[in-house]
Amino acid sequence: MANLKELSKTIPERLSSGHRLCAGCGASIVVRQVLMGTKDPVVVAAATGCLEVATSIYPYTAWEVPFIHNAFENVAATISGVETAYRAMKKQGKITKDIKFVAFGGDGGTYDIGLQSLSGALERGHKFVYVCYDNEAYMNTGVQRSGATPKGASTTTAPSGEKSYGKPQRRKDLTAIVAAHRIPYVAQSSVSHWNDLITKSEKAFQADGPAFLNVISMCHRGWGFPQQDTVEISKLAVETCFWPLYEIVNGKLRITYKPKTKIPVAEWMKRQTRFSQLAKEEYAAVAAQIQKDIDEDWERLLKIEALDQSGVK
Amino acid sequence: MGNIKLVPFTGDQAVAYAMKQIEPDVVAAYPITPQTEIVMGFSQYVADGKVKTEMIPVESEHSAMSACVGAAAAGVRTMTATSANGLALMWEIVYIAASTRLPIVMPVVNRALSGPINIHCDHSDTMGARDSGWIQIYCENAQEVYESTIIAVRIAEHRDVLLPVMVCQDGFITSHAVEGVQLFDDKAVKDFIGEYKPRFSLLDVDKPSTVGPLDLQDFYFEHKRQQSQGMRNALTAIPEIFNAFEKAFGKKHNLVDSYRLDDAEIAICALSSTAGTVRGVVDKLRKEGHKVGLLKPRVFRPFPKDAIMKSLSGVKALAVFDRSESFSSQGGPLFTEIEAAFYDEKSHPSIINCIYGLGGRDIFESDIEGVFRQLIDTAKTGKVKEKIQFIGVRE
Repeated sequence: MANLKELSKTIPERLSSGHRLCAGCGASIVVRQVLMGTKDPVVVAAATGCLEVATSIYPYTAWEVPFIHNAFENVAATISGVETAYRAMKKQGKITKDIKFVAFGGDGGTYDIGLQSLSGALERGHKFVYVCYDNEAYMNTGVQRSGATPKGASTTTAPSGEKSYGKPQRRKDLTAIVAAHRIPYVAQSSVSHWNDLITKSEKAFQADGPAFLNVISMCHRGWGFPQQDTVEISKLAVETCFWPLYEIVNGKLRITYKPKTKIPVAEWMKRQTRFSQLAKEEYAAVAAQIQKDIDEDWERLLKIEALDQSGVK
Repeated sequence: MGNIKLVPFTGDQAVAYAMKQIEPDVVAAYPITPQTEIVMGFSQYVADGKVKTEMIPVESEHSAMSACVGAAAAGVRTMTATSANGLALMWEIVYIAASTRLPIVMPVVNRALSGPINIHCDHSDTMGARDSGWIQIYCENAQEVYESTIIAVRIAEHRDVLLPVMVCQDGFITSHAVEGVQLFDDKAVKDFIGEYKPRFSLLDVDKPSTVGPLDLQDFYFEHKRQQSQGMRNALTAIPEIFNAFEKAFGKKHNLVDSYRLDDAEIAICALSSTAGTVRGVVDKLRKEGHKVGLLKPRVFRPFPKDAIMKSLSGVKALAVFDRSESFSSQGGPLFTEIEAAFYDEKSHPSIINCIYGLGGRDIFESDIEGVFRQLIDTAKTGKVKEKIQFIGVRE
């Protein structure tokens, strides 16, 4: 179990202040909490996106650790090259230190354009942690829809309009897609539950093979809420079971947080302007369907957990 | 110099063997015809424990080049190999590798770029990448491929250059034909390439560096200027490395090779395996008393303008052979650059462009002889029949 006081004493700051991410952006909180998950030196790679453009504007860098950005869709392949170079050097005795490797990608760079690169790197079994900071749209280019954008959200390429309530399709279940690669550690987490995220990061860094963390990452610009509400909106995503917190360790799923009372998802959606059109009478059925989907997914998750944990101590 | 051993090798086998001797720290590659034999051959060396290399069997060429960028930025010697559509798929990262100044060496087995899909030789793949910032070396036969792959490591890693290098050979014609190849011993090769000492490494955790930052209006141009200088520096560095190679192995390499050009009035300029076919025709026509010769550029990037101009001084009629079409309507890439190079000269020969061999269409001695005879007329009359010609095509 992580202890913030202890962690702040023993883990150096790896992403320094002064970067240009928006106040209230979820991405930098994700990065800082994840990088508290190991005391070992880390090498960071990032896909093109908000995190990359805001932390590495030449001649400045916010990274206190080695950092590489290559392109949008290839952060997993890039870090697999770095990690392989490390193994080569270690085998030759030219490096003795234990170094950890971590890749950060947004949902665009992970769910969509980078999915092949991620799949290949997971299948090859490189020892690295992949972190998707999932803000549910292409935020860096101005809030365009992605495969992670939830049904009913308005984005600039699937906007609500006179004849549209926003994105009609459901989001992909990327965590399940990643889990299908049979890697040792897969988890979903949220910065609102820092202990959950840091503990999962520790497990991810300790995994003997690829590990994947899908972390919901608030974007007040794209979602439409006051910037000071980031953590609260994040917490509501968990409390409504829109974003369940769970982990899959060597194929066995365990829910790491169960809300005492499941809050209706409408409570979360009404705090964000991207869903405001769903308040219209004509879209009542869409809003009801969104709640139904969440309920069914949660029930399914509970069943999988019961099955997976039945023989597990 | 070490021992020299003569073996029957294809061009692909020659590359795989050169890679075994170079023993890169990391190789990331994806199979594509006709490059496959390189990856298969090298994978076997890895499987047999003959090399210390770590292989990354990636899921695409895009990931091959992406992983190479990661490995090279981590400061280790890195190689890949590809052909045609594979090169096209990695295009985006090909540019990033060059602009990040990573000394990656990539043998390319030239193959026609789709579409329509075709697996045979032409140069449309690498010619399309001519402005990507990579050094390009073109090879006539398996021996040149073998030696150039070794030389490429030194060129890429040269402090004044630091640019990735493509070593190009003709698909199937060179890559799959068996020739006698003289191999040097491992130690001599290792001594020649030396140990790689990178200036920066992502694995240097005590001295962290940021690679691939966002580079906007205030610095991007300066970095591009430096990249341009690296390519210019290569024009000096490459001959120095050729000299060092000759000293070590007794084998001569030049920016451009010329054959019977000293007193020639008629010349054909051609890259790679076609040069060998031209050479035979030169001998035949020389016997008839015609002053004909061949120019074979070995290096296309950087463009060795001075060496080409020097070799062609005195030539009255020239045909530049292009095994790719640039679709500019002004001729193929080799032709347009050579024609432009003559702009600053006091005089220039009559120049025609012969586009040939697309999609692996054979080029015959009779085709080449026909062009030479046309040039003989042109040299006499000063008249060019047709500036851009397609040789060996049905129209």
